[in-house]
Amino acid sequence: MSSSPTHPPGTKSRRPKWWLEPAIVLGVAIALAVIMPLILPVFRLRLLGRFVALAIAALGIDLIWGYTGLLSLGHGIFFALGGYAFAMHLNLQLPEGQIPNFFSLYGVEELPWIWQPFYSLPVTLISIVLIPGLVAGLLGYLVFRNRIKGVYFSILTQAALLVFFNFFNGQQDLINGTNGLSTNRYEIFGVAAGAPQAQLAFFQTSLVMVGLVYLLCRWLTDGRFGRMLVAIRDDEIRARFAGYDPTGFKILVFAVSGAIAGISGALFTVQTGLITPSFMEVAFSIEMVIWVAVGGRASLIGAIIGTILVRTAQTFLSEWSPEAWLFFQGGLFLIVVTVLPNGLYGWFRDSAIPQVRSRLGLQPRLVSYPDIDLNPEVQQEQDELERLDR
Amino acid sequence: MIELAVGIFNGIGIGSVLLIAALGLAIVFGLMGVINLAHGELMMLGAYTTFVVQNFFRDLDAGDGIFGLYIFVALPAAFLISAMVGLILERGVIRFLYGRPLETLLATWGVSLILRQLVRSVNWLLAIAILLFCALFFGGMWVLRRRPNWEGIKGWAIAVLLPLSLGIAGLAGWAMTGVNTLAQPWFGPRNVDVSTPPWLRGGLEVGAYRLPYSRMFIIVLTLLCLLAVYWFFNRSDWGLRIRSVTQNRSMSACLGIPTETVDALTFALGSGLAGIAGCAITLLGSVGPNVGQNYIVDTFMVVVVGGVGNMFGAILAALAIGVSTYLLGSGALVGVFDDINALQFVAEFLRFFTSTSMARVMVFALIIAFLQVKPSGIFPQKGRTAEL
Repeated sequence: MSSSPTHPPGTKSRRPKWWLEPAIVLGVAIALAVIMPLILPVFRLRLLGRFVALAIAALGIDLIWGYTGLLSLGHGIFFALGGYAFAMHLNLQLPEGQIPNFFSLYGVEELPWIWQPFYSLPVTLISIVLIPGLVAGLLGYLVFRNRIKGVYFSILTQAALLVFFNFFNGQQDLINGTNGLSTNRYEIFGVAAGAPQAQLAFFQTSLVMVGLVYLLCRWLTDGRFGRMLVAIRDDEIRARFAGYDPTGFKILVFAVSGAIAGISGALFTVQTGLITPSFMEVAFSIEMVIWVAVGGRASLIGAIIGTILVRTAQTFLSEWSPEAWLFFQGGLFLIVVTVLPNGLYGWFRDSAIPQVRSRLGLQPRLVSYPDIDLNPEVQQEQDELERLDR
Repeated sequence: MIELAVGIFNGIGIGSVLLIAALGLAIVFGLMGVINLAHGELMMLGAYTTFVVQNFFRDLDAGDGIFGLYIFVALPAAFLISAMVGLILERGVIRFLYGRPLETLLATWGVSLILRQLVRSVNWLLAIAILLFCALFFGGMWVLRRRPNWEGIKGWAIAVLLPLSLGIAGLAGWAMTGVNTLAQPWFGPRNVDVSTPPWLRGGLEVGAYRLPYSRMFIIVLTLLCLLAVYWFFNRSDWGLRIRSVTQNRSMSACLGIPTETVDALTFALGSGLAGIAGCAITLLGSVGPNVGQNYIVDTFMVVVVGGVGNMFGAILAALAIGVSTYLLGSGALVGVFDDINALQFVAEFLRFFTSTSMARVMVFALIIAFLQVKPSGIFPQKGRTAEL
């Protein structure tokens, strides 16, 4: 919605008003935040809150995989970094002079300097976004600068994931190693983070955040920036010859995606009550990709729907039998990739809805590529032509 | 100094395991541009094959030492089983995804999940159900394919046959759940132990250190595999065809080389090498459903660092990664720098990375630094067709 075409006065714009979508999305998010607690039992509500938090990370993955064509298998890094930042802040909510319990296990007397900044809430909130974003940007700079792409990028992100996993696992005396940090007992705004009212607030925050992140992604992908991302995805070499520098765009979008994963990680951590290095396992990061693939690539709403559907299926199937879920998950990877390359959303858009329309005897909608009727220049020309006709 | 030499020897041992595993991956990636995340699971299948063969020989053994020879049967068996599974994988999934490397990545991850869970929970019940399903579904398809209007009814046939055979197989499995002998899992989720043949136990004494025979065996095995692969690619007809398809697929197809057969053959070969690697790792530790995951990322790093489609690059990369991981992790390098006063700070720095997991952190940093200088590996592909 960034560029508003110059309309001659008196002509109707074919573009919807810019504030309409933000208003609808936020409205839906807030409405759900109010209604869901009324109809769902507490246990399911907490599960839903976690899924919504994960959907934020899926939005970030959609941004770099769906729109830019970079398959990152290392988003667990940024997810966990955000989670650790928030968990460290909560762990420091202690009386003056005390340090978290686990330090005494390893004979640490003084708080390590890495922990110091997390005393203050604003710094923590900023670092939830900033640290993962910077790490992603740095990694992206080192990788994209050399035009490493495609599967090489995927493998390098996976290797980076393993490195972070090993690092966090190995540093017992710094961040409690394998055991991770728990958050439930600590207080935030005077309420224990595990208490029902805090959890409800986290659930509502997650819903509002998913709306806000959705809008951010929508804003990024709708304008020139988004068209550049798609250009990089479809033909990077041509984009380079057209005079653009794909490297900068790729670094930026990777950093943004990492920052989004950080937000997601923070919200997920406080709702699970625990952050451990296991969030940086290879399997979890690949799972994130499959949520996007099931929902539909390059469609932001698909990423949200996919996450919630897959996680719900996982909950119910593993309650029934854990073995069945693993077989099902493996099958899901195979089926989505081979039969539904555009995910559920793509199937509805390209196949189901047109079929229903034709059954109902409606004309199929003309689809032009690229969206000619959305291009401001073309629209301006058309408006001028209409004016001449009159 | 001798400590360093022993460290390098052990590192070469690790590197050679990486090399057998990476060789198959590099061949497949060089030819088809396919990254196979299920490669580790193919190694796992090789390791479990070794376990089964070992058990068979243990039953056979009557005190005459025949048990020690199981490894010579296990190696070809592991090769064949993994190659067969690889062939099924290529024909069943991957050939539909050529030209879409990222999708292949995800699909092979799905296969790896299924294989891991299959090994955990496989029992006679599941095996019978799967066989029944295959017989019903593929048998039915085979019968229907004879009909003249096959293309017209294909969609309907699949839509009817698939749930029908799934249902029958599921019902049959459910009906037999009462039989205890059938419901017993073959391997279970726990790790199983493969005992090393007696003649590979022990080691060569070098001063205060010991070079285990099993590692030497692995190094020799790797050398043999390298020679065999080299011979196959450079001296045999199919090797020539594979190389030509690697260089220019469409031109090879025009000249009458059956590229689909070449693809299937290459994939089977790469998978078979993974099976041999799996057999080799049984000598190093116990075998579990997740054993492949321990090696997979390192193996990929070998391919990335070595450069695509170059055996020599893979050899160098595997040795470099193996040796540096071991030297850093075991602290052998710290000892070297400790003796020199001027280099104390280096020793301090290296001491921080003295553990297997921290050594990996360091090696990854080195790899990233290396890729800044040579982004497409030690020996990059040259010429106009080179993509990276």
